[in-house]
Amino acid sequence: MAEREQIKKTSPKEQDQEVDEVPAGSESGEALKAELDDLLDEIDDVLETNAEDFVKSYIQKGGQ
Amino acid sequence: MAIPKVVGIETEFGIMVRGTNEWNPVSASSLLINAYVGSEVGGLDDRTAPIAWDFIDETPGVDARDMLAPDYAMPPEVETHLVNAVLTNGARYYVDHAHPELSTPECRDALSVVLYDRAAEMILVDSMKAAAAALPPGQEIVIYKDNSDRKGNAYGCHENYLLDRNLPFGQIIHTATTHFVTRQVFTGSGKVGSELPGMTSAEIPYQLTQRAEHFEEEVGLETTLKRPIVNTRDEPHADSQKYRRLHVIAGDANMAQMATLLKVGTTAIVFAMLEDGAYDEQILIRNPVQAMHAVSHDLSLAEPLTLDDGRTATSLEIQWSLLQQARSWADRHGLESVGEECGKLVLERWEQVLNGLETDPSSIAHWVDWVAKHRLLTGFMDRHDCDWDDHRLRALDLQYHDLRPSKSLAARAGLEAVVADDDAARAVTEPPPDTRAYFRGRCLQKFADSVIAANWDSIVFDVGADPLRRVPMLEPTRGTEHHVGAILDESETVSELLDKLGA
Repeated sequence: MAEREQIKKTSPKEQDQEVDEVPAGSESGEALKAELDDLLDEIDDVLETNAEDFVKSYIQKGGQ
Repeated sequence: MAIPKVVGIETEFGIMVRGTNEWNPVSASSLLINAYVGSEVGGLDDRTAPIAWDFIDETPGVDARDMLAPDYAMPPEVETHLVNAVLTNGARYYVDHAHPELSTPECRDALSVVLYDRAAEMILVDSMKAAAAALPPGQEIVIYKDNSDRKGNAYGCHENYLLDRNLPFGQIIHTATTHFVTRQVFTGSGKVGSELPGMTSAEIPYQLTQRAEHFEEEVGLETTLKRPIVNTRDEPHADSQKYRRLHVIAGDANMAQMATLLKVGTTAIVFAMLEDGAYDEQILIRNPVQAMHAVSHDLSLAEPLTLDDGRTATSLEIQWSLLQQARSWADRHGLESVGEECGKLVLERWEQVLNGLETDPSSIAHWVDWVAKHRLLTGFMDRHDCDWDDHRLRALDLQYHDLRPSKSLAARAGLEAVVADDDAARAVTEPPPDTRAYFRGRCLQKFADSVIAANWDSIVFDVGADPLRRVPMLEPTRGTEHHVGAILDESETVSELLDKLGA
């Protein structure tokens, strides 16, 4: 197995010029954490109150 | 030369009635759809009954492998007695296998699919509101855009691609299998736990996709049992001498619009390349079913898959190879077959999503559902100091897909919109201008009283004293606004329309 060859990844050609377009990467870690905290506050507000019953009662008929 | 990749998706939605234990999914789905087509938004102004679906063309038991299906392969049944409506945007809205299902109209590119998929979500939201008025107080129908109840029952989000009939089916199988197994890294909607027998949450606490574990065969006609990675249903809904409709059952329903764009956009490119004979390297995966499960279970994205020639490659390496070949194909052949602007966008985002998955998946939490959901789940665990067995995590997993705006967690997860909601709201009632869905939708808008029935490739009109007239639409790229817009505008009656069309 040691001599198994691996498919080598070739560098994508336009990687450099696209850095600006990845929005999440430009945000600071603290801003992201604050955003996640707000999100988790909201989830605590709207999450089904009786989680166990809700999960158990979610039964579907199989489809395609 | 690659033919235009006309595409569409069909989604079976999860359904629940809250506030009662006495309910049945077929009745609830019927009530939901009837409430919508009888409502102001979904209804046709001057008719009480919805336009019926015409089943004359439905042959889901025909196998694309050009041989009789063996006895054990059960062809899917066509349920002609259930609610089945055609909408003015060209979509089909119906009850299928105890689920409400919506098929988008035929779209000319992946961006148009994203628009009509968002419109479909709006139609389901409007349906829930319309159904509320028909239910006893305290009861509510709730719709989930997911693919599994996490208890072994799966339902599909199928994609359809128009292919050249001359393409040998064997080649389609190879290309499709490799892409369907590896594209899961960006198409997965995420699932807490495993549905495989004997697998514990300690072994698989979370995985990339909802559907992967429900696939047991490589190729076949089935869609409800022993599901195959490549489905051979041969039902072109178009000129069967020229076209094939590849019916893809191997994907997840996505909440993230970018995931839908990439799922449909990359797959359209992968098949257009095949039609152009553009592959210099065909990568074949050994044991594709096992690989499909393995990719879904591998959150590190680093597990090597064994290829047919003995080499190994990760799903990301295979996707990089497909992307690199797609770029070179685009340089040589152009992107006309998949839509110029859309194709360019898909190639850019494809590269960015692979980069993100490789370097830091959390950087694309706004594009990929399994990453977005994983962020919510791990954040929740940190905050509440709980582990993967906690029921609240399973509730969160389900509620991510709840389509009610007041409850949907996906709507709160910071997902990036690819299409504007204003445009999607128009697409709820307006057909796409650039496929035959335009003719279907406009006829329903303008001549609903004279349309007896419709399906993908024909419409039946009642023109009064004469016999009923069937207008065939065997060319998916004809019947567009460009072809028939002016004729539809000028015609006062159906007779006039049919005269002008020479039908």
